[in-house]
Amino acid sequence: MAKVKFQTLDETSASFWALVGLHVVLVALGLGAALYMEEHGHIVTGMNNQIVWGLPHVFAVFLIVSASGALNVASVSSVFNRLAYKPYARLSGILAIALLAGGLAVLVLDLGRPERLIVAILKHNFKSIFAWNIYLYTGFMAIVAAYLFAMMDRRASQNATLGKSIGWLAFAWRLILTTGTGSIFGFLIARELYDSAIMAPLFISASFLYGLAFTVLVLIMMSSETRAELMTEEMIGKFRGLLAIFALATLFLTIVQHVTRLYSSAHVDAEMFILRDGGIYTLMFWGGQILLGTLLPLGLLAARGFDSGRRGLTLTSMLFLAGGLAQMYVIIIGGQAFPLKIFPGYEVSSSFADGAIGRYIPTLPEALLGISGISIAMLLTAVALRLLPFLPQAAPEKA
Amino acid sequence: MSDGGNDMIAPDRRALLKSAVGLATTTIAPGVTLYAFGVAEVGAKPADQAVTSAKRWGLLIDINKCPPGCDKCVTACSEENGWKSSGHPETDAQWIRKVTLRDPRTGVKREAPAMCQHCASPPCVDVCPTGASFKRADGIVLVDKHICIGCRYCMMACPYKARSFVHEEHDDQKVEAPRGKGTVESCTFCVTRVDAGRIPACVEACAAKAGAAMTFGDLNDPASDVSKALASGASAQIRADLGLDPGVRYRNL
Repeated sequence: MAKVKFQTLDETSASFWALVGLHVVLVALGLGAALYMEEHGHIVTGMNNQIVWGLPHVFAVFLIVSASGALNVASVSSVFNRLAYKPYARLSGILAIALLAGGLAVLVLDLGRPERLIVAILKHNFKSIFAWNIYLYTGFMAIVAAYLFAMMDRRASQNATLGKSIGWLAFAWRLILTTGTGSIFGFLIARELYDSAIMAPLFISASFLYGLAFTVLVLIMMSSETRAELMTEEMIGKFRGLLAIFALATLFLTIVQHVTRLYSSAHVDAEMFILRDGGIYTLMFWGGQILLGTLLPLGLLAARGFDSGRRGLTLTSMLFLAGGLAQMYVIIIGGQAFPLKIFPGYEVSSSFADGAIGRYIPTLPEALLGISGISIAMLLTAVALRLLPFLPQAAPEKA
Repeated sequence: MSDGGNDMIAPDRRALLKSAVGLATTTIAPGVTLYAFGVAEVGAKPADQAVTSAKRWGLLIDINKCPPGCDKCVTACSEENGWKSSGHPETDAQWIRKVTLRDPRTGVKREAPAMCQHCASPPCVDVCPTGASFKRADGIVLVDKHICIGCRYCMMACPYKARSFVHEEHDDQKVEAPRGKGTVESCTFCVTRVDAGRIPACVEACAAKAGAAMTFGDLNDPASDVSKALASGASAQIRADLGLDPGVRYRNL
């Protein structure tokens, strides 16, 4: 294979700057929303004592999961020795850092006391998976930064062993990181829609899908920006195949997740809440996650007559991401909306909404804060692409 | 302070302190002495000694003695700790609440107060990233208001829905129960009262104004009221299947 050459994003179109401008506005709105929430308290959000994690968590977890998955392409290239993916490894690394930064920003700004972040950094309860995650997230950023250095530095990149070792470390770390993110929910013994070991593999599988969809979308956009085809037909085919495999794996784990609960009579009512009785959550699950976010894009990828080029890939990637957001909404908010069974066997009621389905209507500030996470990630990526050569120069020759 | 430190106090100084305390309690605060040395006394530690695991505070609630519609325990807690309705029922804190239980087959209804169960293995403490959620050596589960960052993971983890998030600013707070916007709070077993040798406000109100359904005391002391009450018949833990060993037990549930 010919040596891959890289470029910074030098010539940019008006639409690129329009998009950058839009993201700047969205970030400003998100920060404003966070200040507003900090000033007035969470009373200005739709969150309450029943639904304690709302839309900001949906976006934050979605972005954090996507971040680990965005590293796929780099891992495929250096850990699994697929040289065809090497031109995209740098972009995959920087996108992983940017998506994680976006997700973490939202997570921190949604805290009741975000100004006490320093406490979270200095004081740790090591039995808490949240505390482990602080190390997993910061470690991920540091390792991926080192990984990028090993790929981009003139001398370090000559050292194949170094690149491969850091590549392996980053790959292992990202699997542990997503295990940690999934286990935030998997470890919650009291909530029957969370408490399951399948959360970790489900999140890992979902991360492969979302992360690749983000990478592909950025690549397609940069192809049009650099006026150079950054992906050959062959690579488009490979990405389509990978997206389909990851979507099928996520679908498989989702089916196991739900069928396992259906088999236990103690959990049938909780499961039927998601599958049949949950209103918005049922709609999000079947309409958003399964139909729009999984079956439709899978069908499009399989259909003979459908565009097998960039446009088709753009549409399917966007659908997978929309499905991912729906999946996170169903898991995070649907999982809290179903009431805790504090007195099993009884029908319960109280002034504290015991036994009642949790009510949650997101408000504008929390929606703006959540969306701004995506904008933070996209802005960081844009700045990085302008400053350093993360993009391949043109479609690399066939291996 | 260590025991050795206490022993260092000279006998004449101790006598002086005793008479000073006696004078103060008889002239200034007769109400306090009633609680401290009267029927409500639960044998708390002296104020200058650290909390130890020698005691484990616990509560037995007899549902048969809990009258339907009565909320004396809730009102007492609210007054003692300064949490109250602000007109936003979904975000207002409730440290204790009455739960109506209906048997779906027979239609028979019961009521039970529910609050923090002060578990021996509290999931809220396990998941708290900063250690703000903590369990005292004597079993009381609390939130350190200074290091709670408001992540609400403890609320996700609590099987009893015992915790509330402070969604808005509250003026008119009680000195013993500060309520910081953006932090999490829950029943403290009225820890400052217990440390002063008194019983929690809910238990006191239930005994004085309702069915005396609640018995509070040291679970480690076989001679305590709560231990004797527990030993006199069957009782149950709620969500015993989770293995959390709650400090609150229910009878006739």
